Amino acid sequence: MSERILLRLDNVSKSFTNHLRGAVHLPVVDKVGFDVAAGEIVILGGPSGVGKSSILRMIYGNYGIEFGKILMRSSLDSQFVDLAAVSPREVIALRRSTIGYVSQFLRAIPRVSAIDVVAQPLRERGTNADEARDLARALLTRLNLPKALFELPPATFSGGEKQRVNIARGFATSHPILLLDEPTASLDAENRAVVCAMIEEKRENGTAILGIFHDEEVRDRLGGRIVDVSTFSARKAAA
Amino acid sequence: MSEAPLLNATAITKTYGSQIGCENISLDIHEGEVLAIVGESGSGKTTLLNCLAQRLPMTAGRVSYRMRDGTTRDLAGLTEAERRFLMRTDWGFVHQNPADGLRIRVSAGANIGERLMAIGDRHYGQIRETAHDWLSRVEIPGVRIDDRPTAFSGGMRQRLQIARNLVTNPRLVFMDEPTGGLDVSVQARLLDLLRGLVDQLALAAIVVTHDLAVARLLSHRMIVMKGGRVIETGLTDRVLDDPRHPYTQLLVASILEV
Repeated sequence: MSERILLRLDNVSKSFTNHLRGAVHLPVVDKVGFDVAAGEIVILGGPSGVGKSSILRMIYGNYGIEFGKILMRSSLDSQFVDLAAVSPREVIALRRSTIGYVSQFLRAIPRVSAIDVVAQPLRERGTNADEARDLARALLTRLNLPKALFELPPATFSGGEKQRVNIARGFATSHPILLLDEPTASLDAENRAVVCAMIEEKRENGTAILGIFHDEEVRDRLGGRIVDVSTFSARKAAA
Repeated sequence: MSEAPLLNATAITKTYGSQIGCENISLDIHEGEVLAIVGESGSGKTTLLNCLAQRLPMTAGRVSYRMRDGTTRDLAGLTEAERRFLMRTDWGFVHQNPADGLRIRVSAGANIGERLMAIGDRHYGQIRETAHDWLSRVEIPGVRIDDRPTAFSGGMRQRLQIARNLVTNPRLVFMDEPTGGLDVSVQARLLDLLRGLVDQLALAAIVVTHDLAVARLLSHRMIVMKGGRVIETGLTDRVLDDPRHPYTQLLVASILEV
């Protein structure tokens, strides 16, 4: 199995220090260690507030870490890079080449239409504008977003509509590692099934998938290996 | 990741008598990269920008730049003619107040054409055509080409200033609070335009702003300044979502959420 690993967390610890509240120290997770292999779905489990989303953000480089290594590689025959040890420019390069991320909430950009929000990461990876928009259109259609919304900026969309735009954006590219933060949270049963099918297709294509799914049905269907984050929780004492 | 930076600044210090403008600041900027410099009024961010852009003499430190011919030059060693040529062609400078970056008494078309003429373009028809093209790229109707900027709204003037700067295909643009004095809706339009242009033209940009939302939208990396020093630096979303320094935490916590 180990030769198929694309993502490895090794002894990762993270805490926040809030200086606005007299340097209150908030430990988040401690000594996190697990692997995700190509073509595998790993589900982060544990109650709310245990640090699941924080782990995804650390892997994306959005949160810094105090200790440990976040090793990743873009293919099975390339070298591992430690995201925690590289420069900001290299983190940006890894986001382009290696890690895809579907955040919990879409950060809408003023005046940019839904279809361009989805097409943007493709264009950053070199797809030409027309092709990127075609792919974006196909994904939004598959996710049952009303066509009338395609050319509108998502700022005024409903929660479920925004989430589908966000999912389309995250799934448009073929990053070897995909991080999913509750992608099915505000979707109805029909769209949940579409997203599950899209996740399964990524798995078949050899993507290493790490996700948070609160929905039992989704977890059962995907049947991934569960990593219980509460075993790494540094908040046991704080809670 | 090892290619040489476009611009490198080493240990820049600027003092005004006994007052510190900025102190011991080093940074790199690479092609196609947008760097935001944030901080409150008086933090030294504009002083730093002006030192980098060679608009203000430094007290100490050095700035080097990889010229279009591929050679890296210490900017202190440029002749006056070389320095002016660099500033007119390969660099742009967008002021907060468009009146500082435009010639307010000549037409919009002439404002854009002037930079082309400065680098030797003489064909009137071509210059006008290019000016026309740039007006449309910054969303100013072509029929306004003969109007003076005094007849333009604040947002249009700012877009005209951007067109004037970009017409020579610079590789590096300095911006000082580019959305500063504009209404929110006008700001959004300008930001979207800037984002698009930076992306299409693979521009490198150094943007001074006190507005963290502008920094998030436009920049890849950011520098937080306070009292003339850099107190935090990193990937823009990392600095904003996981700020370390007490002052950065205060800045981030002070944003009003809508």
